[in-house]
Amino acid sequence: MTRAKPEDDDWNSSKIHAFTFDDDDDEFTKLKESKRAVSSILVDDDDDDDDDDDDDVEKVSWSGEPVGSISWSVKETASSIRSGGEHGFPKINTAPSLPKQGSGYSLSSLFKASTRVYAPELRKPKSECKDYFSDWSPEETVKRMRKGKVYSLERFRSLQDKLLLLDEAVSAHDGNVITAVLIYLKKSLSKEIFFQELMVREIALRHYVHYLKEMEEQKTLVELMKLPFSQDDAIHVQDHYTLLERQIIIEATDKKGEAEIFKKFPRKASILNMPIITTLYYSCFYHYGESEGTFSSPANIRSTFRISEKQYILTALGARAKLKSWFDVDSLFNTKNWLGYTKKRSPIGFHRVVDILQKNNAPVQVLKDYVSLIDDAELKLSLAQKYKCHDIVIEMYRDLKDRQQLIVYQGKVERGSHEDRKIDQLLGNMQIRWKN
Amino acid sequence: MAQTDRRDAPGLPDFSLLKRLARDQLIYLLEQLPGKKDLFIDADLMSPLDRIANVTTLKQHEVDKLYKVELKPVVSVSDQLCFLIRPRIQTVKWIADVVKSDKAVGRFRRYKIIFTPQKFYACETVLEEQGVYGDVTSDEWEFYLLPLDDDIISLELPEFFRDNFLEGDQRWVTTAGSALRLLHFLFGPFSKVYGIGRCAKMVYESWREQVEDGEKKAQNPDIGNVFLIDRDVDFVTPLCSQVVYEGLVDDIFRIKCGSVEFGPDVTSTDKSLKVMLNSQDKVHVGETQRKKEIWWEKQRKKKRCGMDIKQMKAFVAEELKGLKQEHRLLSLHIGACESIMKKKTKQDFQELLKTEHSLLEGFEIRECITYIEEHINRQVSMIESLRLLCLLSLTENGESYGIEHLLSFANLRQIGLLVEQQPGETLTVMESKVGKLVNDKTAGKLTDAFSSLAKKSNFRALSKRLMLIPKTGEEYDLRVPRDMAYIFSGAYIPLSCKLIEQVLERDGWTGFEEVTRMLNGHEFAVTGPEDSKYPQRIILVMFLGGCTFSEISALRFLGRERGCKFIVLTTAITNSSRLLESLLDNQG
Repeated sequence: MTRAKPEDDDWNSSKIHAFTFDDDDDEFTKLKESKRAVSSILVDDDDDDDDDDDDDVEKVSWSGEPVGSISWSVKETASSIRSGGEHGFPKINTAPSLPKQGSGYSLSSLFKASTRVYAPELRKPKSECKDYFSDWSPEETVKRMRKGKVYSLERFRSLQDKLLLLDEAVSAHDGNVITAVLIYLKKSLSKEIFFQELMVREIALRHYVHYLKEMEEQKTLVELMKLPFSQDDAIHVQDHYTLLERQIIIEATDKKGEAEIFKKFPRKASILNMPIITTLYYSCFYHYGESEGTFSSPANIRSTFRISEKQYILTALGARAKLKSWFDVDSLFNTKNWLGYTKKRSPIGFHRVVDILQKNNAPVQVLKDYVSLIDDAELKLSLAQKYKCHDIVIEMYRDLKDRQQLIVYQGKVERGSHEDRKIDQLLGNMQIRWKN
Repeated sequence: MAQTDRRDAPGLPDFSLLKRLARDQLIYLLEQLPGKKDLFIDADLMSPLDRIANVTTLKQHEVDKLYKVELKPVVSVSDQLCFLIRPRIQTVKWIADVVKSDKAVGRFRRYKIIFTPQKFYACETVLEEQGVYGDVTSDEWEFYLLPLDDDIISLELPEFFRDNFLEGDQRWVTTAGSALRLLHFLFGPFSKVYGIGRCAKMVYESWREQVEDGEKKAQNPDIGNVFLIDRDVDFVTPLCSQVVYEGLVDDIFRIKCGSVEFGPDVTSTDKSLKVMLNSQDKVHVGETQRKKEIWWEKQRKKKRCGMDIKQMKAFVAEELKGLKQEHRLLSLHIGACESIMKKKTKQDFQELLKTEHSLLEGFEIRECITYIEEHINRQVSMIESLRLLCLLSLTENGESYGIEHLLSFANLRQIGLLVEQQPGETLTVMESKVGKLVNDKTAGKLTDAFSSLAKKSNFRALSKRLMLIPKTGEEYDLRVPRDMAYIFSGAYIPLSCKLIEQVLERDGWTGFEEVTRMLNGHEFAVTGPEDSKYPQRIILVMFLGGCTFSEISALRFLGRERGCKFIVLTTAITNSSRLLESLLDNQG
């Protein structure tokens, strides 16, 4: 008995263990297939049925390697790949390559589709095809299904047979057939067992999920999704439900539209199923200032869904600006520094704040407060000019000691206006050392 | 549009045969339900059907009234109802409802469902479950291939992309295999098949098995080589703004089955007009098209926003003198150009292109990010913003930030358009996880979130290795394009087309291991029975998941350069909007 090679560490090569969730379950499937293949070679009178009672006995192939070992199946795959010749075009290995486990979004065990492990010389010649449906193997059944011929799935009654049928369908890469088999399994297996098996068969699972979506069987989908695939998914699902719950509560009260604001700004649509940010915006619009204790308050939504400061300010700004609540906008940016003085700060550039305000038709009076907070001098100057914040422009030219520009700008302001006089004053100021 | 060819270029097979075959089969199926009948047609099938059999033909075979499939009660009074549909569960459910409501009021009718290109078992199950299986007859109309031009064939299956790459549903694999089988039967046998991508492999296998089981016929083959390529091998190209003429028109007006509908603002009348955009469209013959393209490029490159319409009209009047009889069509195209200019100027097209080119090149990325942020902020177009974000993500191997819109990010992550940043990389990562901004209408969409996504985009490395960005030393003369980059104004050679070019040159993937690794493998190259008579210079390229006009133009260019002809077979024509829309799942 050959010892397990280092790369076969994943395999318990001394004993073939029973199926457990923690193992790489796909290897069990592969093993089953390999077992079946080998048993049909080695034992003459072998039935197609799986022999569970043989689990304790290690099987080896005729080359002496443990059946199911990686090197054995690699050899099998190699021998099943032919190049061109009188048989026409050759088969190629269609097993999907292992997806890398980079992100948190991954199934706890990925399904690696087993490659076809039959050696070519073992393929039964077409003339020997069986005609009685009770004798149709999973392979034959799937073949018939792909061609649209008569088939029968009822004979696959044991769980093992059903799973073999499913795996066969998956390895045939035909979604139509895969879905058909899944429909059959759904009808003939309990939900728990069916879901259990799906969890370790990614391709089958995807087909089933798509089928449920199309059939609009939301309830079943939800149940399927509650299964623990990964930590991230669990959080994600939880978030989704929490949000929906909130929206239902908010919707129930707001629908009546009693408060003043609903009369002034009637809602265009229901809040249900809206994304988190849209919900936040809605809350900032209709429920601003409510205490954190209420479900509908922006503060509550912000903390429950762990919304970043940047995101929050951007959204709140949009909502308050739309309502022209300049005072609220102002408060958004107030922070106290360590000395206790209030100063303005923004996680998004003030030029962006100005942009948003301007889009909501904020008056120049309001705009100029924020323009003046822009750090970048060039940007500040250009925006000040764009939005006619004359005072700022004038002051900047004064600071830059640019007399020429100031003269040019004077041409743009109204004759006799306050700005005009201000510029005159500056131009007449002997103490300023103009650079031009 | 087919252009002036080299004299030694091979001739293309005649694909109008495909239309005749489809038409004949449809007529046969209609005749299986003798007598007057009303025909209900799936919305997606109306344009393709138009190209196969017009209303007159249908009426000749006892079709009385034509209706579009809409999920509401039918008003037809006919005794026989025929439904021509794609095999969608939703549609079949509706048909079952129609039958059941008839039953409920004791109304007896005959119902026939024609599934195209094939029926799915799930559809039959619905009929069975709804108790109407015995009341309807069903058939399959094997309409797989619609020629859109001399060298373009479409399966008209836009859902292929979403179903296969997003939902992981392999239902259309056999369909694609059958399409290939049909071409193989009519115009083959093929000699060599190259390919790359998981789906490509599956389609190849499906085709191979179908051919094995089917009739063998010796024939003078019209098509020699086949190249299968998955859409997800190259996402960057379809996300780029198109500047070739059909690409532009497609981006703005949406070309459907090779024709486009121009509204009143373009036609300068109060009517809309449908125009065929292919080589049958006489305006686009040879020189004219080239001149227009080049002139259009030149104008765009000029810094001035807003083109001079007078100049354009003058150009048309003077330089295209010989085509007075096509004047009407010409003025339509000018109208289209005007419309394009209006839209594109508004969006500051040049600034946009500059940003895209920088992204492709990997140059001044910070400026690009700022531009994208502002673009999102200005709320010009959500799809455009998303497109730019995806482009940024793909070219920079990571996630971008600043997304404040309704976006189905689970979907995007699933197919690798937005790849998670690894810590320690240069781009600033979004504070809140992308997943927070996702909204899923049904819980089912959350399933996308757990897919085993980790396909790293290696665009930068691929771009260097394959030299996809031409050197910007000399001025790129669009009048004399020297490589496929001309379809993107000299900025970028489409990755997909470059791959095809290289593999054909090397007759396989040997020596290309570095590249295939960066593309996540799944490449293959197989040879069939040797036959020296096969036409090496006619190559069928099959895009699984869609293909853009830009890529078609690039392949046409490549063909002219190499003295060979490419036939583009695609599951559907696509562009950035269609790609993103299928991700955003705007359909109910």
